[in-house]
Amino acid sequence: MELTRRDALAALAAAGAGVGAGVALRWSDGDPATREFRDVDRETLVALAEVVYPDDVSGIDGFVEAYVVGRVRDRPDRVAGIAEAVDRLDGTARDRFDAPFADLSPADRDAHLESLGVDAADPDPEGIVPERIRYYLVNDLLYALYTSPTGGRLVGIENPQGHPGGIDSSRRSGPEGSDGRSVTGSDHVPGGRPERSGEGSR
Amino acid sequence: MTSGGSAGDGGTTDRTPSDRVDVCVVGAGPAGSLVAHRLAAAGHEVVVLEAGERFDPADRRARMERAIRPAHDGGSVWGMGGERDRFTSAGERFYPLNSARVKGVGGSTLHWQGMVMRLHEKDFRLHSTWGVGVDWPVSYRDLQPYYARAERALGVAGADDNPFAPPRERPFPMPAFEPSHSDSLFAPACERLGIATHSVPNARNSEAYDDRPTCQGYGTCQPVCPSGAKYDATVHARKAEAAGARVIDRAPVQRLEHDRAGDRVEAAVYATPDGTQHRQEARAFVVACGGVESPRLLLLSRSEEHPDGLANSSGAVGRYFTEHLFAGVGGRLDRPTRQNQVGFNTTESHQFYDDPRAPFGPERGSADATGTGADGGDPADRPVPDEDPGLSSIKLEFLNYAGPSPVELALGADEWGDDLLESLREAYGSALAVGGLVGQLPRKDNRIELDPSTTDDHGNPVPEVHWRVGDRAARTVERANGIQRAVLEEMNAEVTWTVGPADTGPAFHHMGTTRMGADPATSVVNARCRTHDLANLWISGSSVFPTGGAMNPTLTIAALALRIADHVDEAL
Repeated sequence: MELTRRDALAALAAAGAGVGAGVALRWSDGDPATREFRDVDRETLVALAEVVYPDDVSGIDGFVEAYVVGRVRDRPDRVAGIAEAVDRLDGTARDRFDAPFADLSPADRDAHLESLGVDAADPDPEGIVPERIRYYLVNDLLYALYTSPTGGRLVGIENPQGHPGGIDSSRRSGPEGSDGRSVTGSDHVPGGRPERSGEGSR
Repeated sequence: MTSGGSAGDGGTTDRTPSDRVDVCVVGAGPAGSLVAHRLAAAGHEVVVLEAGERFDPADRRARMERAIRPAHDGGSVWGMGGERDRFTSAGERFYPLNSARVKGVGGSTLHWQGMVMRLHEKDFRLHSTWGVGVDWPVSYRDLQPYYARAERALGVAGADDNPFAPPRERPFPMPAFEPSHSDSLFAPACERLGIATHSVPNARNSEAYDDRPTCQGYGTCQPVCPSGAKYDATVHARKAEAAGARVIDRAPVQRLEHDRAGDRVEAAVYATPDGTQHRQEARAFVVACGGVESPRLLLLSRSEEHPDGLANSSGAVGRYFTEHLFAGVGGRLDRPTRQNQVGFNTTESHQFYDDPRAPFGPERGSADATGTGADGGDPADRPVPDEDPGLSSIKLEFLNYAGPSPVELALGADEWGDDLLESLREAYGSALAVGGLVGQLPRKDNRIELDPSTTDDHGNPVPEVHWRVGDRAARTVERANGIQRAVLEEMNAEVTWTVGPADTGPAFHHMGTTRMGADPATSVVNARCRTHDLANLWISGSSVFPTGGAMNPTLTIAALALRIADHVDEAL
């Protein structure tokens, strides 16, 4: 399944970021309101997403770029936390493998995260290193994926929590397109729901 | 997003008192904001003093993220807890007071689920009908026109399809939300069991209403609606201000001061963030700070003339703390149940509300055998032994948010990549549950007292909550579980969890602690919600409920608030 710019905008909305549809959201967009991302930030975040996202997901590069840039544009207070977590993740990879995190094989990236204890760490923006990596990097990327329509569809939910996808999907018996509109709830409830009629009745 | 500062504050907000006003309202939740709006609109000068902050609406989606992500505890979404909100739990069970109680402009409606049912006629006459509890000094008929106004004020989406509901006089302001897919899975099983289902009145826009949008489906109704489609009392706080009222946030009232004789309240003494105290004088006072803080404020305001606390000649202030209890059974089905696509419910059953022993399923068959008829027949003939002790009202809810939300699971998992996706697919998709509320009778020993050994951020004794479930409510939870389990079993679902008498918890509906009654010896306020003891002091909120039924209380809070506004208007 391909992640799109629409998914990134949806994830940004779920993260409370007020980013307009016409905004470029590029790593180097020249906007003085945002920081210029370092190479290590770009490369580490994408390499991390490739590990924590399912293999079946494509379009990670553009999705991560738009999400992270939009996120920081709206919440500049997160910049320092992200940068520090990137430095820790990348620095420990260089210590252990003598290579940047982004250059490791997916299996080594996975193993390195586990060796740091990131898998079992409680996310905490003020915690120890694995807890910060979990909060600022891993969970931010997972939040972006699983509040987006494409991430939701991977699991079987078209309108995941955090995504303002309306209320129709709750009435469908399956994903839109799997069996058309399929059967809606009111078709199964005897008589469906009356409108606002029935004044004076019990 | 600020946690301690008021939006747009910048140290420039004027929190000094107004010259003596017509009305001072304490608390900017629904009970206070509705009164303030109506009185301001009627031309009265109104000041509202709110202990918490004025939250910036622009922060709502960021608050939603806090609610979803595990790094933040639930209380941080609306700044709940901490020194300001300290309390003691001293009863048989721990009472989690701050779990769903918000201090701020809008009050706990910022956090609430948004279900808005009218109480039933029997709820106002519980002693006359069931021989337990007490009767209210007002009837359903007295409150009915105010219920209608409250539904228009809050914006209620509903349908007149509930055969158990009390009489209505007009349609709901908005059409009901259509049934969900999982409702359609429950419906045939309920039909076979003889359990009638119907829509849920929601204070949530099914279409644009009152300059607020239709529901966007964020799925996080409780604890935060980012779109504003769910009603909250900031709506009426804003309307009150537009009508000329002043709403002063971060101004916790420390005590009420009365005149020399002790007959009338003269001023509310409140603190401000700069450490100073002020006195707001008014001709009339409306205390509307919830079922815990309202009695606490009266107890904190004790004086020589009122040594047991203000308006407490009955000794009932803080007593009869009444709650609703959650009962639920959940499990898994062999088909997709499509949960967590929205954060609210669309189907309920009130069949067991007025008659918790109403026969269903196999009971109904047994009733047939004794000739009582499939519809239940005469309650006296039902196959429930005469010696069976009483039960309380039951309200059944067919959940649209059973089981885990995938994003929340993902953020708490100890795996990622394909392994995580496989776990999410396994966990999500087949959960379903029937929840419900069970009523609790008023008990004098369930109470809010002051705990002088612990103080809040202003040095005041904190509330001490004494709460126990009681045998009747526990039996009723068990009865509710039996019905819930039967529904799931009828669907061939695998039952995996039950919230029963041993692990039930409160619904955070704080009632009864300044009860309404005709007799000043046994109640705090009269039928007009004015205190028996002080001529210019009214109390608005669920603390005046003499009994609580098993319906979510906010519509009744709103109806009473609108009625109180009429009474105060007449008195001024």
